[in-house]
Amino acid sequence: MDFISILSIFVLACFVGYFVVWSVTPALHTPLMSVTNAISSVIVVGALIASAAAGSPYSKWLGLVAVALASVNIFGGFAVTHRMLAMYKKKERQAPQGDKTHA
Amino acid sequence: MHEAAAIPSWVLLAYLVAGVCFIMALRGLSSPESSRRGNRMGIIGMTIAVATTLATHEIATLWEIAIAILIGGGVGLVIARRIQMTAMPQLVAAFHSLVGMAAVLVGAAAYLNPGAFGILGPDGIHQVSRIEMGLGVAIGAITFSGSVIAFLKLNGNMSGKPIILPLRHVINLGTLVAILGLIAYFTQDQAPWIFWTVTALSFAIGFLLIIPIGGADMPVVISMLNSYSGWAAAAMGFTLHNSAMIITGALVGSSGAILSYIMCRAMNRSFVSVIAGGFGGDAVAGGDAVAIDRPYKRGSAEDAAFLMSQSDQVIIVPGYGMAVAQAQHALREMADLLKKAGVKVKYAIHPVAGRMPGHMNVLLAEANVPYDEVFELEDINNEFAQTDVAFVIGANDVTNPAAKTDKSSPIYGMPVLDVEKARTVLFVKRSMGGVGYAGVDNELFYRDNTMMLLADAKKMVEEINKALG
Repeated sequence: MDFISILSIFVLACFVGYFVVWSVTPALHTPLMSVTNAISSVIVVGALIASAAAGSPYSKWLGLVAVALASVNIFGGFAVTHRMLAMYKKKERQAPQGDKTHA
Repeated sequence: MHEAAAIPSWVLLAYLVAGVCFIMALRGLSSPESSRRGNRMGIIGMTIAVATTLATHEIATLWEIAIAILIGGGVGLVIARRIQMTAMPQLVAAFHSLVGMAAVLVGAAAYLNPGAFGILGPDGIHQVSRIEMGLGVAIGAITFSGSVIAFLKLNGNMSGKPIILPLRHVINLGTLVAILGLIAYFTQDQAPWIFWTVTALSFAIGFLLIIPIGGADMPVVISMLNSYSGWAAAAMGFTLHNSAMIITGALVGSSGAILSYIMCRAMNRSFVSVIAGGFGGDAVAGGDAVAIDRPYKRGSAEDAAFLMSQSDQVIIVPGYGMAVAQAQHALREMADLLKKAGVKVKYAIHPVAGRMPGHMNVLLAEANVPYDEVFELEDINNEFAQTDVAFVIGANDVTNPAAKTDKSSPIYGMPVLDVEKARTVLFVKRSMGGVGYAGVDNELFYRDNTMMLLADAKKMVEEINKALG
């Protein structure tokens, strides 16, 4: 892909992001932050390329550390978002469960 | 060296699908019902991106990669399961720092082994790639060190008070100019010292930028760092010509930017003034000055219970103090008892209540408060006039009427909840001494229709519950 096509994707994605994020309800702004956190770890793609490649041992190890860090974020980010979203309930099924932490 | 040997089109398509999944993930958050599906779309997108990458590269080190994913994933899952909901702001800050660090590491790996990333030309790394790489590493490093400081402040390892260095604006601007200058020079000369100096200076500027920012401005800071982590991923996506990374980076970047904007607007402050820092620095000194003895009414838990049980409608206004006291569960019990007595209960949330966007909503959801009882500022503000009791718990500046009337007040112009229009205001506060983060006294305390409930938020609510039950 040449630079201009990449730039086009980027600019259009910024606009998509702008409209999609404005439609997020303010009540879900915290899950929004945690889920954007999880998806920005798509940087793991770069980390995987680095750790898969032969040629430079330093590069490989940097990649592996980056894979581990991004994995914390991917698994942690999606899991904590899931945990939060599961708590948002409507009035009808108001079953008081009394459980306080999932620890 | 060959130019990134023609990538099969199914691979490009797969990354595009991953990007679309991420858009759907955010789109799902437009309502709580669709949000869980959104989160699943995000997981699917991530799986596609990772699987595609693994399938298209000769993986010499599959075991090592599997171990890295297992270690990281395990740590992430344990943290996600154990974390207290009140600690969500620090967790998000910590996660941001990881994205930042990962971006720096990927950038460094690409610099050391450009051939693997297909960015090696006949005379070294492509010039465009050098700019992209330099920017990606710089933003990543700023995200990392800035998020670490934000984490330390939010977690209480470091004082939330702004730390003001002399000449900090000169130092910060100088460092920024140096970073940009070096990245420009990097296109001419790809010597290692330039790359590593850019990295080091960026770590330093992230640190310098966040230390002067006070605790109450954290909602803006944390949104801003969210945005940066996105731009870092996008810059890396440019380097790697990867559409999934670019789309995601742009989404996350604009998401964080919009949240910062919403937070700034809710505080009536400009983004520049937040970033310049120092707000609330003299809160302690101001606290002494306003601690003059003005008459106020003090009530007991029994008084509060009686007043509320006699009401038609009670609006609860939670703030950061509720989170600190972990009072959300007791508060929900209070609401249940009131509802049993035939009182209508609603919650009013100011956008900057708490330490991150949406902080209060999550805590109330955790306490099983149905989300259709929780309202945003603009949706509920004109209801206070027809409300018997406004129950303010752990919020302060967001209720201060001076923001509407007193032009000399530092919070003048900030949108506030009109709690003083309710027939009675019950204000739960630890003691009369302290002031809010803005360092201003709250006119509300001394009004005729205000009753101060001075105690720890959780204890007070529990006592009210006893009196109600």
